[in-house]
Amino acid sequence: MRISILGAGPAGLYLAVLMKKANQQHEIEVVERNARDATFGWGVVFSEETLGTLRDADDQTYIEITDTFARWETVDIRYRGTLLRSRGNRFSAIARKLLLEILQRRCRELGVALRFGVEVEDPDTLDADLVVGADGVNSIVRRSRADAFGARVDPEGCTFAWFGTDLVFDAFTFIFRETEHGLFQVHAYPFDDQTSTFIVECPEDVWRRAGLDDLDEAQSIAFCEQLFAADLDGHRLLSNRSLWTRFLKVRNRSWHDGRFVLVGDAAHTAHFTIGSGTKLAMEDAVALAQAFVRHGDRVEAAVVDYELERQPVVERFQEAASDSASYFVRVGRTTHLQPMQFAFNLLTRSGRISHTNLAQRDPGFVRVMDAWFAGDPRAVAPPPMFTPLRLGGLTLPNRIVRRAPGGAGLVLSELVAVSAGGRVSAETPVLGGDDDPAADTLAVGDRDGGAPAATPAWRVAPLDEWVGAAHDGGAAFALQLGHAGRRGATRPPAHGVDVPLREGAWPLLSACAVPYAPFGAVPEECHADDLARVRDEFAAGAARAAKAGVDVLELNFAHGYLVASFLSPLTNRRDDPYGADRLKFPLEVLEAVRATWPEDRVLAVRLSVTDWARGGLTVDDGIAVAHAMAQSGAQLIHVVAGQTVAGGEPLYRRGFLTALSERVRTEARVPTLVGGWLTTPDQVNTIVAAGRGDLCVLELERTGLEDQLEARPEHEAVAVP
Amino acid sequence: MNVGVGLPSTVPGVSGELLLEWARRADGGPFSSVAVLDRVVYDCFEPFVALAGAAAVTNRVRIATMIAIGPLRPTALLAKQASSVDALSGGRLTLGLAVGARHDDYEAAGVDHRGRGAKLSEQLAHLRGDGSTMELLVGGGSGQAFARMARYADGYAHNGGPPRAFAGAAARARAAWSDLGRPGSPRLWGQGYFALGHAERGAAYLRDYYAFTGPFADKIAAGNLTSPRAVKDFVRGYEEEGCDELVLFPTVADLDDLDRLAEAIAE
Repeated sequence: MRISILGAGPAGLYLAVLMKKANQQHEIEVVERNARDATFGWGVVFSEETLGTLRDADDQTYIEITDTFARWETVDIRYRGTLLRSRGNRFSAIARKLLLEILQRRCRELGVALRFGVEVEDPDTLDADLVVGADGVNSIVRRSRADAFGARVDPEGCTFAWFGTDLVFDAFTFIFRETEHGLFQVHAYPFDDQTSTFIVECPEDVWRRAGLDDLDEAQSIAFCEQLFAADLDGHRLLSNRSLWTRFLKVRNRSWHDGRFVLVGDAAHTAHFTIGSGTKLAMEDAVALAQAFVRHGDRVEAAVVDYELERQPVVERFQEAASDSASYFVRVGRTTHLQPMQFAFNLLTRSGRISHTNLAQRDPGFVRVMDAWFAGDPRAVAPPPMFTPLRLGGLTLPNRIVRRAPGGAGLVLSELVAVSAGGRVSAETPVLGGDDDPAADTLAVGDRDGGAPAATPAWRVAPLDEWVGAAHDGGAAFALQLGHAGRRGATRPPAHGVDVPLREGAWPLLSACAVPYAPFGAVPEECHADDLARVRDEFAAGAARAAKAGVDVLELNFAHGYLVASFLSPLTNRRDDPYGADRLKFPLEVLEAVRATWPEDRVLAVRLSVTDWARGGLTVDDGIAVAHAMAQSGAQLIHVVAGQTVAGGEPLYRRGFLTALSERVRTEARVPTLVGGWLTTPDQVNTIVAAGRGDLCVLELERTGLEDQLEARPEHEAVAVP
Repeated sequence: MNVGVGLPSTVPGVSGELLLEWARRADGGPFSSVAVLDRVVYDCFEPFVALAGAAAVTNRVRIATMIAIGPLRPTALLAKQASSVDALSGGRLTLGLAVGARHDDYEAAGVDHRGRGAKLSEQLAHLRGDGSTMELLVGGGSGQAFARMARYADGYAHNGGPPRAFAGAAARARAAWSDLGRPGSPRLWGQGYFALGHAERGAAYLRDYYAFTGPFADKIAAGNLTSPRAVKDFVRGYEEEGCDELVLFPTVADLDDLDRLAEAIAE
């Protein structure tokens, strides 16, 4: 085969080596637009697992590369005058220049033609059986057929500059430095015995405030040398024509089109804060070369095989890299965290390392952290989810929230309506019976159902029973109290939600007279007397809950229910004071409840902190609402999102609410309760220890094992000899 | 996990006779369901008509659309077709709906492509609104699709790919289900393609059927299951990820292929 590889970076050169090694008959040329000795960047990082791949692929270059490696096992975190070390993270790095020299030498030795200083303007003119775009972020090959590849390029993360330094660090080092303009951070690591990479970054607004957009390179270096003088210890920063810039995230739906195929940064980039770019590029080369070993000269079969193997792996890295990039954009808002929690939060930022992973890498670190979390760094402590939480006058035995007792520290009820008119469906329980003021609001249609006066036509929440069961199970009990608003009068949820009742429906209320879902009834716009009545119902509900011994009262101001309908601009278009100030009614309800609710018990609010819909509340808006609730007495925010309108665009995945909870907790400075499909204790441990939430809704996926164990005779104990 | 088989209703050139014989044999075989796909601008059968035929010659298997493009049909007509097929089959219909992936089907049907998501939601609300308990599935990969599934359907219809792709979608489906407050968990349907006799013909069909996706079609063709071993690994992979019903669609309309598949999954 005749193979043209555009770009003489690690991916292109390594691919040339492997293809030529596999088949000497291949005619391979590597075409590079820059001169032979033009190199960019300083060192590149590899993890332990990558090294295994490189060893298997080409032992000779593996030995040369690893001979020159700087290796370390430690991550240092310098923050607020504290140095925290986490061990067990095996990494190695090499000067990019040296890596390229080794690969170029190997290419020449094998008979690969290397052509430097050659610009290819139109890849279609290349007369080759296979054209490889290894030409980096700005790939000509990708741009020549962007539609076929389905290419997307978006800036991501902080503004950064890629310096070197003659200070040799002995660990991968994160440095955080507070300035009057905002927080700056450094990612530094050694790559040979004289030099380290030293990347400086900060969010774009901080960068502008610091005036860096007006400084030239020498001035920027002087600025950074001064800012990090204590860490540089008299050493210099070295430039390599790396100016301030933002990282470009490259994605392609397809990595091949006919005889054209993309590898490395041309196909995908992953933010440098997880240090995987070169690793992914070289693994691409290995996978592509192996695909040709399997498929011979059948180009299409080989490139498809390569893409099928690599794309899912790369997508996982890109997701983690994006999480990491956004962490560093926001890290300036987490500087109130204690160093231990700050460090754990940093180490678990991308979702690739959890509490359990870290415990395997560095048991000592996790032992101290768990103990610190429990209140005494020298103690032996259980995992973070079993650390009690003090909220107001209440101490919860652990951080787990469930609908029923059985390990939970807090049992959280289903939605209980403040009145019969506030029910979601006929199955929704209501506080109190006919003697309750709530009964007064019962729609006439329900009374016509023929129910005798003594028995209400709705389910009464068995509060005493619920509270008793929770307390017997060692848990506190939280009552979720709300009014369904325009999401009321629907069928029971067994066959769907938001499906309106055709018969026996009751009148609905909302901030405005707009239905929620298709075929939904048009709600009445709340008038002054409705507002007063609902407020009173919430207050009466609180009084009743207090009497029944409820420990936590959670007001549902979320998911498009009645109170939530006032919060969002999508659902509140009123031209009265309740429209001018969308917080007015929710805060009135909160205050009315606070006046009745005992001070020594916990008051919580469930909030959709973003509407996930165009024109709706953004996360920043949601954080402001959470802050206002906290100022008015909410001691806990149950963070949820969306469902404000039925046509929103939610972002579902495992732990889909965790990042939102972290922002609310960090920026509104209020304890949070979070769910979002958390199914493992490890997720809970990681979230609470990293300060992303205080309480977690743990949902148990069925394993089938429960049934097997239940079927076992009770006395079949294991005999101990 | 149950394993069903697709009817070759979208393989060009298939006769009505072959389609019905395929359904008959599937009913007598180890399969739990027969299913169809939906395309307008292609040489293929209309899904509800094909299922009506299948309903008439089968007694046991469930019959399913995996999926039908709901918005192509007026809502009342869609509901009427579905309830008719359900009645013909004695209540064996599983109705999978999604918005589909092709503009030209919408053009051919004279339906505006914009607003297709909202229209599908409306159709689902309509189907649910009459109190029918017909099994409904919703497909699609967007956050809205998962929300729509959890709001109205009984489960999720995945659009194919290796088990790990299914696993990702299954987690999102379960997350949406929990978010919308549905009790229990969603039924999860997966799908794959097979050709156990003429792999090249199967691949050629897939490249043609998915030509509108560009180079992506090659990846779909490469995922075709062309050996009993590949089928077994695929079935095991889906089972491990919690799939409830896996439907394997033929890419070659050859009854011997159906028998080979029956053998492969019976072992």
